[in-house]
Amino acid sequence: MYVLSAIVSLTLLGLFLGLLLGIAGKYLKVESSPIVDELEALLPGSQCGQCGFPGCRPAAEALSEGNAPATMCPPGGSALAEQIAALLGLDLDLSDVKEPELLVARVSEDTCTGCTRCFKVCPTDAIVGAPKQIHAVVADACIACKKCVDVCPTECLQMHPVEVTLRNWRWAKPHHVPAQSLGTGSNAVC
Amino acid sequence: MLSFFKTPRIRGGVHAKEHKTATAALPIATNFPLPKKLYIPLQQHVGKPAEPLIMVGDKVLKGQLLAYSQGLISAPVHAPSSGIIVDVNDYPAPHPSALPIRMIVLETDGKDEWIKTQLVDDPFQLNPEEISLCVGAAGIVGLGGATFPTAVKLNMGRENHVDTLIINGSECEPYLCCDDRLMQERAEQIIDGVRLMLHGMESEHAVVAIEDNKPQAFLAMRAAADPYASVNVIQIPTRYPMGWDRQLIRYVTGKEVPVGCRSSEIGVTIHNVGTAYAVHKAIRYGQPLLNRVVTVAGGAVKRPMNVEVPFGTLISELFEFCEVNQQETARIIMGGPMMGDSLPHGALPTVKATSGILALTQSELKNTDEQPCIRCASCVSVCPAGLRPLDMANNIRINQLDAAVDLGLKDCISCGCCSYICPSNIPLVQFFKYASGEVVARQQAQHKSEQTKRLMDARNARMERIAQQQREEELARIAAKAERERLKAEQEALV
Repeated sequence: MYVLSAIVSLTLLGLFLGLLLGIAGKYLKVESSPIVDELEALLPGSQCGQCGFPGCRPAAEALSEGNAPATMCPPGGSALAEQIAALLGLDLDLSDVKEPELLVARVSEDTCTGCTRCFKVCPTDAIVGAPKQIHAVVADACIACKKCVDVCPTECLQMHPVEVTLRNWRWAKPHHVPAQSLGTGSNAVC
Repeated sequence: MLSFFKTPRIRGGVHAKEHKTATAALPIATNFPLPKKLYIPLQQHVGKPAEPLIMVGDKVLKGQLLAYSQGLISAPVHAPSSGIIVDVNDYPAPHPSALPIRMIVLETDGKDEWIKTQLVDDPFQLNPEEISLCVGAAGIVGLGGATFPTAVKLNMGRENHVDTLIINGSECEPYLCCDDRLMQERAEQIIDGVRLMLHGMESEHAVVAIEDNKPQAFLAMRAAADPYASVNVIQIPTRYPMGWDRQLIRYVTGKEVPVGCRSSEIGVTIHNVGTAYAVHKAIRYGQPLLNRVVTVAGGAVKRPMNVEVPFGTLISELFEFCEVNQQETARIIMGGPMMGDSLPHGALPTVKATSGILALTQSELKNTDEQPCIRCASCVSVCPAGLRPLDMANNIRINQLDAAVDLGLKDCISCGCCSYICPSNIPLVQFFKYASGEVVARQQAQHKSEQTKRLMDARNARMERIAQQQREEELARIAAKAERERLKAEQEALV
């Protein structure tokens, strides 16, 4: 008797849950894969196209389908590649990934005419100025998208490598170091 | 037998050849000739740089305030001698990169004329807060090399009701013996400084820990501390890195500082003997921190010694005084050979952190021909932080920094024991220094990308708002025009 009631109740439960899943599958269907949204949120979002895809969304789609490697985004560097690999559960060898060179836009004050074209295109409002006044770049907000360089009529806006100061100086990665080269003091033990 | 079951009180560490005999027997030289020019960096401490309040051309006296501290964690800078300010500008910093940092250049007049100082009759009558204020105003920072502002540490000790003050006299780095000499020659002043610090922190109990390779210093300090029950002088085993605060706290008190906590949270604060001496001078004589004892040693130094030099003295002048052979010098190191920084040249000033300047010959440097790892696990057994250096280095080699962080990269103290012991000469600590910097850089990049998204959203919202406004104005204009035409048509109809 107990066996029979158990079989009946479990069968009914199974049928009910199956029905529920069937309905949910029909009405709560997700149009695009949620992983694409997560990937897109990780990507820089500047639509630069350096990966060969027409923007960050198509790149995220390619990543989710496995048509692009985790190391595909040059501006993101290895930090982004590591995040993508963690999200997609990929194994990653980063020894060949080049770190992007950091650039920042700078206004040459001799040739700036104060035309205001550059700060109209700046996506992060990193350029300040007024008509017929020399403009200036807020270096901390500049994302090196180079849009201002394209519109500047006098070529006074140029990209420069970020200056190394004591604040952003870092130790270089050690490789096979000859005895003479500059290392840390800890090489020098007795 | 029971001790067999106790947890060991020292973890890891190495015992390198000490190289201290050449200098430890000589008294501290106080006859260093006053340099013509002093290059005084505005940042010689952890925290925010000091802000200058003098102008080029000003005449200043010895001990006069040159730059005041700004922010909670900062320290002021004083004139190490009397003279004229000739420049405030960027000059190469005493740092492995020798990148520029803001410095005050003082041309000394040779008179060494003191500014008038205020003296306190009995400092033990002062409020503990006043002791901290005096110490902060004197620009005193941790002289063991960490250069954390001492006044901040005293305040933290008072607020956390610290019961034990440990005075670090271990000086575990090879070559260095400036603290050893200081303890031998000025023990009473140091003990006085320790008692003042105890008063400033409202603590009862101080322990001076001295490595057992400095018996003279131990005897002198014990004799000086004898009249005071609150100060206890003990000997500790000689083993690098005994001077690391967590190792020392573990040995002296048996307590372990948890990861991510400060030592004051478990009721212990640690200060260097040099700091205690500076506190004594600041409070008893009103003298700010203007000079320190520096060990000049290494194979290329003809007259190795401990010498008292004013801050801002160029290393090259110090080398001249100690007769350093320039040709033989293969590497200049500021600090000790294990944790110090190698400097590209000698035209850099000595600062508050300069405990020693070493001029090492080629034969004193470690062979850096890297061989494959033989998995001997020596690095694991010597790591005082209990990490697995070889695994971390392998992850960093292939740029998997997250994996290295998971293995405890952030707990690495860059003591260099792993690189020292490695039979295959693998640059382990160099990998960790690189990776720590890179982790910070990545955090900053992450922060910047979040900021970029915020800025882009703000801009898009503004553009949308402007477009909306324009659309509304356009509609209003069209409506107004229609209204005008309607009125006009009505008037025409009336006519």
